[in-house]
Amino acid sequence: MSEIFGIPMQAFMGQLMLGLVNGSFYAMLSLGLAVIFGMLNIINFAHGALYMVGAFTAWLGLTYLGVGYWQGLLLAPLCVGAFGVLIERSMLHWLYKLDHLYGLLLTFGLALVLEGLFTNIFGVSGQPYTIPDELSGAFNLGFMFLPKYRAWVIVASLGVCFATWFMIEKTRLGAYLRAATENPSLTQAFGINVPVMVTLTYGFGCALAGFAGVLAAPAIQVSPLMGSNLIIVVFAVVVIGGMGSILGSILTGIGLGVIEGLTKVFYPEASSTVVFITMAIVLMIRPAGLFGKEK
Amino acid sequence: MGYVALVAFGLVAPFFIYPVLVMKVLCFSLFACAFNLLLGYTGLLSFGHAVFLGTAGYVAGHALKVWQLPPLLGLLAGTGAATVLGWAIGSLAIRRQGIYFAMVTLALAQMVYFLYLQAPFTGGEDGLQGVPRGSLFGLDLADDMNLYYVVLAIFGAAFWLIQRTIHSPFGQILKAIRENEPRAISLGYDVARYKLLAFVLSAGLAGLAGATKTLVFKFATLTDAHWHTSGEVVLMTLVGGMGTVFGPLVGATVIVTLQNELADKVGSLVTVIMGSIFVLCVLAFRRGIVGESLALYKRMIGQKA
Repeated sequence: MSEIFGIPMQAFMGQLMLGLVNGSFYAMLSLGLAVIFGMLNIINFAHGALYMVGAFTAWLGLTYLGVGYWQGLLLAPLCVGAFGVLIERSMLHWLYKLDHLYGLLLTFGLALVLEGLFTNIFGVSGQPYTIPDELSGAFNLGFMFLPKYRAWVIVASLGVCFATWFMIEKTRLGAYLRAATENPSLTQAFGINVPVMVTLTYGFGCALAGFAGVLAAPAIQVSPLMGSNLIIVVFAVVVIGGMGSILGSILTGIGLGVIEGLTKVFYPEASSTVVFITMAIVLMIRPAGLFGKEK
Repeated sequence: MGYVALVAFGLVAPFFIYPVLVMKVLCFSLFACAFNLLLGYTGLLSFGHAVFLGTAGYVAGHALKVWQLPPLLGLLAGTGAATVLGWAIGSLAIRRQGIYFAMVTLALAQMVYFLYLQAPFTGGEDGLQGVPRGSLFGLDLADDMNLYYVVLAIFGAAFWLIQRTIHSPFGQILKAIRENEPRAISLGYDVARYKLLAFVLSAGLAGLAGATKTLVFKFATLTDAHWHTSGEVVLMTLVGGMGTVFGPLVGATVIVTLQNELADKVGSLVTVIMGSIFVLCVLAFRRGIVGESLALYKRMIGQKA
């Protein structure tokens, strides 16, 4: 068996893969946060809770309605997105003229409500979600076994991230979006319905979180608390990357997932704190974040 | 007048209400007042303030139990530790503004939380238990009534200190930073230093609250350092009224009493209720109980709010 720095190849590659999987989740969630922040100027604290709701929607669909994984992958994000639109219209809408902090506080409250409700109904223990037949099993790559589902998570999330990037940077709709981010009143003067775009942006960001939740459902157990610990790591990722750039968010997310995975191999005790330590170092060297611009 | 009534109430309260509950309210009030110094008067939202409460709790507990220090030194050790940690976290966090500041403090606090989860001296998930209360000037603090007046004195002193800070020239500069940071800079104030000093002061006072809490409950747990507690202190300040003198006191009293009443009745729905109060406050009562009452009073006597 070959070794890398005294670690068996098998274990090394396994953790690297896991790191990539986690990194894809970080990337999708921080991308959603960045898109929402760009347009609404609020940090969506409920992002982790919405990710959890996405996973639960898929699980409920499968368990009670017989909605399969693939349909769930489409329907659950739509539900979460619609829920997001509802939140934006009914609550966030009223806060734009106020300090940004109120948006954070409101979404924090929402996160507590969602988490508390699901904990109350389903308890804190996780619910298993079976991997669909097409994706169970593993590829034998010769030097390691690669579980098919992990490969799928990485491919699917990279695909979604790329599609989002393409939509924002290369299409007409994206151009409107960027214009509205830059100067909302001028954009509105050109006849673009900015309030609707704001609503849809929030819905889209939430749908991204929901999609990540469905992807995560078979990989980890579906539990009401799955989002709250993740969201704080994602916040650190966002601070490290800065929210100015779409590609920056994606790269930082994946990069940190890999760093975390490798830490698990070489110094497991630090694996839960390595992202935060990285954040502290980045703050010391480049306070605006790796891809951020100092305002 | 208000102060006299408050002091009088503080002195007789333990004869009517279970003293440990009043002491809990006092500890959280002090915590919220310290937090309000930062959010209400400097405009900095720290979302990781529980880490100072938790750290001081552990250090004070360790000092009292393992090193067998007298209670005052234990409190001092806890407060000191929180102050040092406040300096470390503060000097990193003030490098970013606004919303990022909140995220940085939250993330750093979570890092410390994970450290406490693994570190041997905290007792991990079990917490640090069986902390002795000891005695002070010959008073046996194991007696709830004796301890109550010590806690009341600590709270009074800290509250007075916060008052003095707010009304000092230093406090005026903090308010100037809250209102318009670029202008404060252009007036020649070293804003970063003032922010850091406010942060350290707030962290130290939050630490005093945490250390006192350990003395009251005779244990220190991970819950105190968890981000849920950070959220709670934000909620207390918001409910009572940000940037008002008595707001945090009112908010902490309301929230602690509510939690105490609801704990065995609704179980995990407490989180839902707390979250709903949060949402309601942000949407409809942004000035909090004290702020809204003041505005109402001003309207009634015909002033513009």
